[in-house]
Amino acid sequence: MSAPRTLYRKLVESHTVAALDAQNVLLFCDLHLMNEYTSPQAFAGLHAAGRGVSLPGQNVAVVSHIIPTHPVRHRVIQDPPSALQAANLQANCERHGIPLFGTNDPLQGIEHVVAPEHGMVRPGMVILCGDSHTTTYGALGALGFGIGTSEVEHVLATQTLVYRLAQDMRIRVDGQLPPGTTAKDLVLHIIRRIGAQGARGYVVEFCGTAIEALSVEARFTLCNMAVEAGARGALIAPDAEALRYVLERAPDLAGELRAPALAHWATLHSDAGAHFDAEHRFDASGVAPHVTWGTSPDQALAVTDVVPRPQDLPGGAERESAERALRYTGLRPGEPIEGVAVQHVFIGSCTNARIEDLREVDRVAAGRRVAPGVRAMVVPGSGAVKRQAEAEGIARRLQAAGFEWRQPGCSMCLAMNDDVLAPGQRCASTTNRNFEGRQGRGAITHLMSPAMAAAAAVTGHITDVRRLESFA
Amino acid sequence: MSTNTPALGKISVVTGRAAALDIANLDTDQIMPKQFLRGIDKAGLAQGLFYDLRYDGEGHARADCALHRPGFAGVNVLFAAANYGCGSSREHAVWGMQQYGFEAVVAPSFGEIFYSNAINNRLLPAMVAEADAQAFLHEAAASDGPLAVEVDVARLQVRTPGHRAPFTLSERHQRMFLEGLDVIGASLAYAPQIAAFAQAHWQREPWVRDVARGVRDRLAASPGC
Repeated sequence: MSAPRTLYRKLVESHTVAALDAQNVLLFCDLHLMNEYTSPQAFAGLHAAGRGVSLPGQNVAVVSHIIPTHPVRHRVIQDPPSALQAANLQANCERHGIPLFGTNDPLQGIEHVVAPEHGMVRPGMVILCGDSHTTTYGALGALGFGIGTSEVEHVLATQTLVYRLAQDMRIRVDGQLPPGTTAKDLVLHIIRRIGAQGARGYVVEFCGTAIEALSVEARFTLCNMAVEAGARGALIAPDAEALRYVLERAPDLAGELRAPALAHWATLHSDAGAHFDAEHRFDASGVAPHVTWGTSPDQALAVTDVVPRPQDLPGGAERESAERALRYTGLRPGEPIEGVAVQHVFIGSCTNARIEDLREVDRVAAGRRVAPGVRAMVVPGSGAVKRQAEAEGIARRLQAAGFEWRQPGCSMCLAMNDDVLAPGQRCASTTNRNFEGRQGRGAITHLMSPAMAAAAAVTGHITDVRRLESFA
Repeated sequence: MSTNTPALGKISVVTGRAAALDIANLDTDQIMPKQFLRGIDKAGLAQGLFYDLRYDGEGHARADCALHRPGFAGVNVLFAAANYGCGSSREHAVWGMQQYGFEAVVAPSFGEIFYSNAINNRLLPAMVAEADAQAFLHEAAASDGPLAVEVDVARLQVRTPGHRAPFTLSERHQRMFLEGLDVIGASLAYAPQIAAFAQAHWQREPWVRDVARGVRDRLAASPGC
């Protein structure tokens, strides 16, 4: 009998080409995703060294970060450097035979939305991308994590990565999320408790009854934001729900491959007695709708709470960070976070721009209108999500309620395109980072769930969404 | 236009002068803001480094920034606080630090992707104990000018006039600095093993072979796309 192993160890071992030393392995990559802004220098390096792409069929590229989201049918990237990035990505993909979702592809979108929704992500895979939110794929039992451009070049050349092993952390969440709360509230709650580097050095496996109850899309949200606690990966053992999601999107698995695939995927769980280097437990029933008040994702609180008073915090770094954050966000210590006025609402990003997220927004906004003085943007995660929302009438209803209905892309999550906030603007945002300047210099980001962002849109201020809804 | 492949020479000790930025969780969005990420090469990133910390809304240099204090031009080591470089994977943060002149960052912890990026570009990330990081930050804060500093890769030690402390660096990473190493070239030496691994892997899991191309081709062939 071999020793019990965690799911993480199983995935690493099944992808280890060679052990390089006690800490590093040469790890095989099943799927490598690229975007237009972290890959150009990797291709250039590859070309300068006279090297080729090892296995182009395991690579895919998506124009995602710099693309404008104006509601026009044919998109033209006006910004010359950004247009060059998109053209350069296309040229690199053509040169090496790498599949691409280009600027005007009807399926274009955010890489982490596009890849799984079409069945490219399968349990047990190792998935890399020059983007930190690659942890998303843990939701389907695939080990995903972000890499830098030097590593993108390494993967292109070898389809492997020199990989430093991580430690194992388990986060068990039992109980039931209360009505009005979502995976976004849960992950903000967890990050607030364990801190922005609470999972640094670890791959986190989420488990427990609350995790099992989440939809696959909600699991994407949870695993996506694990990196905001510093995690090097996030995993959820694939269950029937996850397998259904995958099989619906993988017609190639309808035939004779289905049985062996299911047999392999059934082994993708941590063995009983497997050792975890760290463990945390949470009770989902105590989670309230969460909002960030500061400039780090761990600076979050329940919407029913008041803004922290730095003098109440432990001295040292935590207090200094709070003081610095409050200077930036302009909130007063001790004031209730609910009621803080916003000028902008952004619904989008790889964290929360899938169809279930847009249905939540639609449900909260039903019969209401965007408040005067608020600009509310909805940026679907992909062309497929956009079309689905249009087919369901969501787009029409949201537009009638005063929301802008945009083309897909990363957009104002990081504001690399022309969707940028002005200084001092305060935004209720379904994104993943409330860093200083993230959505525009001097702009203030409050992270929250899609339902909470919709509530802010229709009231004009941060609002406990449970006030707007009856949860009978 | 700068070249895309900097010469990765051998580095045994970084000697020079240090500035300090005592800001916890200083993320890569702040190290290199979005407007400097639009290139297809690595050029011009020194200007973008810590842009919002160094310049005000009108583009004027901020006198209160540690890097703009008199005598701090030309510093090559940064003392930083916990979780330095967290957030986005953008390697531009490392390239920008190097183009500005930094050769080493001393901090109690680093964002994971930033750390790998730094190693791969030979920007030395010296991870010291929290108490030692505090000692260096306090010494820097009390100093009128930049601190004289040595970051010794061979002895894994950071030395200033007032303090010395060990730092952590894995054996592999230490060798990368001391001996120089073309990481991709070294991995390409495994090409036969990689090819054999892939064949065996696809034998076990044929549904992951050519998964990107397979899905992309299916989508292109299906009506409505």
